[in-house]
Amino acid sequence: MSEKIKKLFREELKIANIGLEIFYRSLKDQGVEAIQINWQPPPSLEKGLKEKLDKLL
Amino acid sequence: MSSVKDEIEKANKEAVERMMDSEPVWVDVGIAREKLPEMKDYLLLHAGPPITWEKASGPMRGAILGAILYEEWADTPEEAEKLVTSGQVVLEPTHIHNAVGPMAGIISPRMPVYEVYDKKYGNKTYSNFNEGIGKVLRYGAYSKEVIDRLRWIESTVAPILQATIREIVKDRGGISLKSIIAQALQMGDDCHNRYNAATSLLLKEVTPYMIDSGFDKQTIREVYSFLAGNNFTTLNLGMAAAKAMTLAAHKIKYSTIVTVMSRNGTETGIWVSGLGNRWFTAAAPIPKGVWFPGFSESDANPDLGDSSITETAGFGGFAMAAAPAIVSWVGGTVQTAIEITNKMYEITYAKHRYFQIPYLNFQGTPTGVDIRKVLKTGIVPTINTGIAHKEAGIGQIGAGIVSFPFEVFKKAFEAFIQEYEI
Repeated sequence: MSEKIKKLFREELKIANIGLEIFYRSLKDQGVEAIQINWQPPPSLEKGLKEKLDKLL
Repeated sequence: MSSVKDEIEKANKEAVERMMDSEPVWVDVGIAREKLPEMKDYLLLHAGPPITWEKASGPMRGAILGAILYEEWADTPEEAEKLVTSGQVVLEPTHIHNAVGPMAGIISPRMPVYEVYDKKYGNKTYSNFNEGIGKVLRYGAYSKEVIDRLRWIESTVAPILQATIREIVKDRGGISLKSIIAQALQMGDDCHNRYNAATSLLLKEVTPYMIDSGFDKQTIREVYSFLAGNNFTTLNLGMAAAKAMTLAAHKIKYSTIVTVMSRNGTETGIWVSGLGNRWFTAAAPIPKGVWFPGFSESDANPDLGDSSITETAGFGGFAMAAAPAIVSWVGGTVQTAIEITNKMYEITYAKHRYFQIPYLNFQGTPTGVDIRKVLKTGIVPTINTGIAHKEAGIGQIGAGIVSFPFEVFKKAFEAFIQEYEI
């Protein structure tokens, strides 16, 4: 494990969780300071459709 | 020469401006056969996209059977079913009649309806009367008590409300539903599943006229208690108002704004302004709910009803941040309610000019779902809803939160590309 990572875990963690909320809730339950950022991956569209969408928006 | 993108922008601006500027006013009560221009005997209107008996869910079937018994076209549920399967009774979506109905949304010829007039754009829209919660026709129940209540609504509630609204129209042209919705949103309602404030506001306006309507005191008192005892009394009027707002935004060339979102208990369907009355459908999901005692998700029917016209018009579930107390009815936390509203800004065209949310510093509600934004973000409209038992004859078993399937927006966008040869 790199020194950087080891250092990180020795410090008090402040976590920004992106996406699945279950990880955020789990951290909160363990008393870890965390915030939740709602995000989901963009939908996967067929290439032609995506190009047309990009053109129209 | 302007690009298609510019045309869309112009069309969407016009659609959403019209949606916000529409002025729906409750102006009359009458019988569906006389009020709806295309209504006729042996025709039943239902919520959502077109449905056949074979594909209809339990609660939709129950409501169809109940409406036939109510109309006295048949004496038993078995006879009633034969009328539908033989094609003697015809089923059509409410929306093509400029009408809306919560849950199964059945409107039959002799049912009383509210008439709403858009003072700004001249459209007329309609909704049936609300029967209360639990064992009621719109949730698929059709026992004697359900039919008796519908008959009492027809014989007693409707005449009093007709006399009442006609006097109000003489005095001041009707009741502005936009004003009631705007006020109620600032008093803790979302105006889909919470109409507590709206119903109080409505009763404040109609009660003096009911007292003066010339009917006997005891009957007026009974009707008042029925209206006041049901917080969903104003739902059907709010829906007719939302239908007027979205109708004003409908059929604008190049617009990608959604003008109908609805469900028939089997399928979910939408209309898009620039694509006219074409339905884009997908299987209806089952809502995440809070269940009445003795029921669970395994009893639930897929999503049902025209009431998502409220979200289409920029309130209801989209305004949940205005209604923290609603979570006790539909589930989730106050934070969930706020998050749902905030998310809906990502896929809508505007912040409503007249409908505001105090908690969000009086920010306008998210208004005008744009199918392009749904495709871009993957965020889909989220609404709150009542939940029916999956079997006919039981009724409401809970309320909850549900999202529209991504697929319907994708299908609509594909059709848009084809329609405008992009």
